[in-house]
Amino acid sequence: MDADTDGSEGPDESGRRRRVHGMLKLYYGLNEEGKTSEKSPSLDPCDINGPHFDPELYLNKLRRECSLAELMDQETCMVKQIRSLDSDMQTLVYENYNKFISATDTIRKMKNDFKKMEDEMDCLSANMAAITDFSASISGTLQDQHAQITKLSGVHTLLRKLQFLFELPARLNKCLELKAYAQAVSFHRRARCVLQQYSHLPSFKGIQDDCHAIMDKLAQELRQKFRDGGTSAKDLSECVELLLQLDEPAEELCDKFLTHARSRLEADLQGLEAEIRPYPTAVKDASARRSPAGSPTDSSPKATPTPNTDILEFIDRGCNEFVSSLCLVITSYQELFINHAQTGELASKNIPQMANRKLHVFVDDLAAQYFSLVERRIQEEKGVSDNSLLVRALDRFHRRLQAVSKLLPSSTVPNQGTEIVIRAATERVKQYLAALQSFYMDSLTDVRQALAAPRLSVGGATGSGGGAHLGGGATSRDAPNSLPELLSSLSASILNQIKSVLASVHLFTAKDITFSNKPYFKGEFCSQGVRESLVVNFIKFVCQSSRQFCESAGDKGGSTPPALLLLLSRLCLDFETSTISYILTLTDEQFLVQHHSPVTPVTILCTEAREAAQKLLNHYVKVQGLIISQMLRKSVETRDWVNTIEPRNVRAVMKRVVEDTTSIDVQVGLLYEEGVRKAHSSDSSKRTFSVYSSSRQQVRYAASYTPSAPMDTNLLSNIHKLFSERIDIFSSVEFNKVSVMTGIIKISLKTFLECVRLRTFGRYGLQQIQVDCHYLQMYLWRFVSDENLVHFLLDEIVGSCAHRCLDPAPMEQSVIEVICERG
Amino acid sequence: MEDDAPVIYGLEFQARALSAQTAETDAIRFLVGTQSLKFDNQIHIIDFDDENNIINKNVLLHQAGEIWHIGASPANKAVLSTCYNKTNDSRVMSCAAVWQMPSGWETGSHESADDSSHNPQTLELLFHLDSGTHQNSACVLWEPMGDGKRVISLADNHALLWDLQESSTKATVSSTATLEGKGQLKFTSGKWSPHHNCSQLATANDTAIRGWDLRTMSQIYCVDNAHGQLVRDLDFNPNRQYYLASCGDDCKVKFWDVRNVQEPVKTLEEHSHWVWSVRYNHSHDQLVLTASSDSRLILSNMVSISSEPFGHMVDDEELSEGEDNPQEEKVKEPLKDSVVSTYEEHEDSVYAAEWSSADPWLFASLSYDGRLVINRVPRALKYRILL
Repeated sequence: MDADTDGSEGPDESGRRRRVHGMLKLYYGLNEEGKTSEKSPSLDPCDINGPHFDPELYLNKLRRECSLAELMDQETCMVKQIRSLDSDMQTLVYENYNKFISATDTIRKMKNDFKKMEDEMDCLSANMAAITDFSASISGTLQDQHAQITKLSGVHTLLRKLQFLFELPARLNKCLELKAYAQAVSFHRRARCVLQQYSHLPSFKGIQDDCHAIMDKLAQELRQKFRDGGTSAKDLSECVELLLQLDEPAEELCDKFLTHARSRLEADLQGLEAEIRPYPTAVKDASARRSPAGSPTDSSPKATPTPNTDILEFIDRGCNEFVSSLCLVITSYQELFINHAQTGELASKNIPQMANRKLHVFVDDLAAQYFSLVERRIQEEKGVSDNSLLVRALDRFHRRLQAVSKLLPSSTVPNQGTEIVIRAATERVKQYLAALQSFYMDSLTDVRQALAAPRLSVGGATGSGGGAHLGGGATSRDAPNSLPELLSSLSASILNQIKSVLASVHLFTAKDITFSNKPYFKGEFCSQGVRESLVVNFIKFVCQSSRQFCESAGDKGGSTPPALLLLLSRLCLDFETSTISYILTLTDEQFLVQHHSPVTPVTILCTEAREAAQKLLNHYVKVQGLIISQMLRKSVETRDWVNTIEPRNVRAVMKRVVEDTTSIDVQVGLLYEEGVRKAHSSDSSKRTFSVYSSSRQQVRYAASYTPSAPMDTNLLSNIHKLFSERIDIFSSVEFNKVSVMTGIIKISLKTFLECVRLRTFGRYGLQQIQVDCHYLQMYLWRFVSDENLVHFLLDEIVGSCAHRCLDPAPMEQSVIEVICERG
Repeated sequence: MEDDAPVIYGLEFQARALSAQTAETDAIRFLVGTQSLKFDNQIHIIDFDDENNIINKNVLLHQAGEIWHIGASPANKAVLSTCYNKTNDSRVMSCAAVWQMPSGWETGSHESADDSSHNPQTLELLFHLDSGTHQNSACVLWEPMGDGKRVISLADNHALLWDLQESSTKATVSSTATLEGKGQLKFTSGKWSPHHNCSQLATANDTAIRGWDLRTMSQIYCVDNAHGQLVRDLDFNPNRQYYLASCGDDCKVKFWDVRNVQEPVKTLEEHSHWVWSVRYNHSHDQLVLTASSDSRLILSNMVSISSEPFGHMVDDEELSEGEDNPQEEKVKEPLKDSVVSTYEEHEDSVYAAEWSSADPWLFASLSYDGRLVINRVPRALKYRILL
């Protein structure tokens, strides 16, 4: 007991009381439930309230620890506590005593009451025995009558049943008359077993036969009704139900049901087919439909092989007529043969499975017919004008098939439908590719025409005079043949077309389209279909068709206008630098292409485009070089160089060469950048042919394996050759103007050289060549990257000419200059 | 194994005409005709000593004019034909003639090489191949493997078949074929087919190749637009009778099956300028030599259209020996068409290239500056073909 609680008795009276009770309980060994678990009895021997309290120890402890005053206090406190405990104990003893007294009283009272009750019970048992005796005597008397009554009531029921049986044929007949087939069947069912059982009795046999006859008739009638097409689905199902109850073989019924349904569905399909081929079966129908539409081409219905209805309408009709009736058939069939049968006794005969199988075959067969029609119709959808119509039609088609899949979860029909949609989509993508390709070819034709038209005007302009090489830029600029505009319009239109096609194709993956969330349309369609087979293929097509221009033109001698080659080359180059990556990024963004399968990377396409561009430009150089070469060659080959007169002016063909070169320069300059060239020497045009003069010196030198001999090969030229790099005449050019021009001029001058070497010249022939070469020198250096190249080739020409000259007497340089400046 | 270095020989004059001496099968010998307007032209007879890598030359004078084309008789070592330009009184005429080498040229050269160069002997004229009306002879073709009695000369638009009778001093025209068409047509080149009993001829004019039957002197096939530009040269595959190679100013070498002239069987585009000459190797027709005015000579290995497309056929006996089988397998791997090598020894346009008639692995090429280069097929390839 704590000192604290002692010090504050007043407010904690009840608490103290409880504690006192607790201690008493403890004393009596009772556990106060709940609290004992929390508070385990202390083992401390100094705990005055604990069970292990050791007074001796406690006393010692107190004596040891406390001061005298504290001890005194402790003692008074202890005395107080003992006193209160004593009084508590007295109170408790008193209370318990009282309760004991009252309990003794109660027990005494109970003893009296029980005695009274025992008497009453004896009386009750006597009465019961009397009742039992009476009851036994009554039942004994009534025994016989009861047996008789039971027998009589049995006979009554039997008679009722017999009466039913005898009346059955009449009833059935009446039902038949009233067409209450259901009633009849239920009657018959009730009687059937009995009749079967007692069929050995002649009277029952008669009834049974009658019933059979009637029921057969009934079944006949039902079948007839079943066969008649006109009955409604509800009637039909009722019929089937009844027939089933009449033990009609379920399989046969299924077949009949399905045949019946098939005939109706096939009628739908025929209607659809008629729409695909509007003549000759449905000409009337078609024209009837067309005339309200107000089509002006009514006069020739057979001339237009295209179907009259658009695909959406067609699919709509297919869905509304065929698919919905199919669903209806499936529902009622399932209701009749599968769900219904599962509950009844028919389930045991495996009928649901059989019926299910039949249904699947039936649905698959009809669906196949339907699909083939739909596919035929889709195939006729060739025009790529309105893709949304097709997509909507396909969407509807697909959506409606979902109903079938709900009804027949295991059916392959929806998958087939999805496949059709996929096929249609891929087909569509192919058509778009073809359309893009033909669009590209068409635009090329347009460009060709645009190029051909100004070509005439350029020809007229250049024919006007000798100053054209100076004004050449102006004449070409005046002509409407603005290559950059053509190029930009071509590439813009290609880009637009691609964009619009992408937009159209994008409809296939729109969110509100049911099939867009199929894995095919999420993955493969985007990556393989759109990206690869549409966009990538188109880019490849552009490159390849461009390449073809190079190949075909090689043999036919420039059937492609050179300007087109140049334009295409630039187009391909632009493709490489920007367009391809732009298009592919656009595609990837629009279609969120996830590359499951490997796709063509941009770099490969770019490389291809660059190769095409390079090839085209090389070919351009070849073709242009060839044109100039041909002029030069003809001019050298057709002239009698031995007997020519003294040169008075530059030959016209040289002027033409310079003019053409200038106009080519302008043309190339429109599309390609200038490019780098080596620094010009200030007096390029004034340079003289030093080589020729040195060749006059009859240089002699010893060849490696031969003794020295008179040489009329030209040492300086040879030394030049030794140290200059070998010139590749028909080599690749770079994508700039200077490189292109250098290529063309190289080809032309090399041709000139080779032609000169095949001829023999007189004195004036040589001089004419000198004049011509000087003229070329004056004008051609400005076009090339390295003017030394022109110098070298022209030196070669004059040198070779000198060798081929019978009487090499060169013209004075000053005279040459005068002639050339005169023009 | 190092390949032998090319052997270079310099002529004093510019030259275009080169021929192997066909009748000579022991020595490696080439004939070169020079082009000079100012000096007497020469025929250089160049013998190559394979073992010592030395060139021996003999010079014969060809005073008639500068030589544009040269051909050696297949039967007689001492007989050759030339096409040459003759200038008199400011008129240039192309003529053709058959010549006999002077009898002592060979001995004379060996005794004193210096003398011969200073004092060369002159060719003896056998026949003029001029019928008077046709003036511009492009080339003279000897009957391949013939007895040296029949030649064809191509002049302007005529192909003239000549009979050379030793008894007579005049050659007689036995038959002619004429190319007819619009404009001034002119044969540029031709080749006498060694197949079909030497009864066929192929000619080139402008961009077309034509085949002729010599018995009837009528055209048997025509490849229009065989090349984008002028066709420069032709050669027959020595082993496959319908195969023909052509080259031209479009820098291409094309291989034709004359039974189907719509498309070439194969096209090579290795040169960067006009291709002037194409020659099949006489024994191994996969080796094709082309010469171009880009100063390059290219040796190609055209296995796929050769008569041995799978390489050397291994006999059953060899196979049964067994031990070498793994190696044999390696060799039998089909070779791919490829450029074997590009020879860049020339510094001017190479107008002619010829295989030696004696050594199938050796060939000569001639550039305009008079440089004759003798090269060999690389050994690695040679052994690959042989083994």
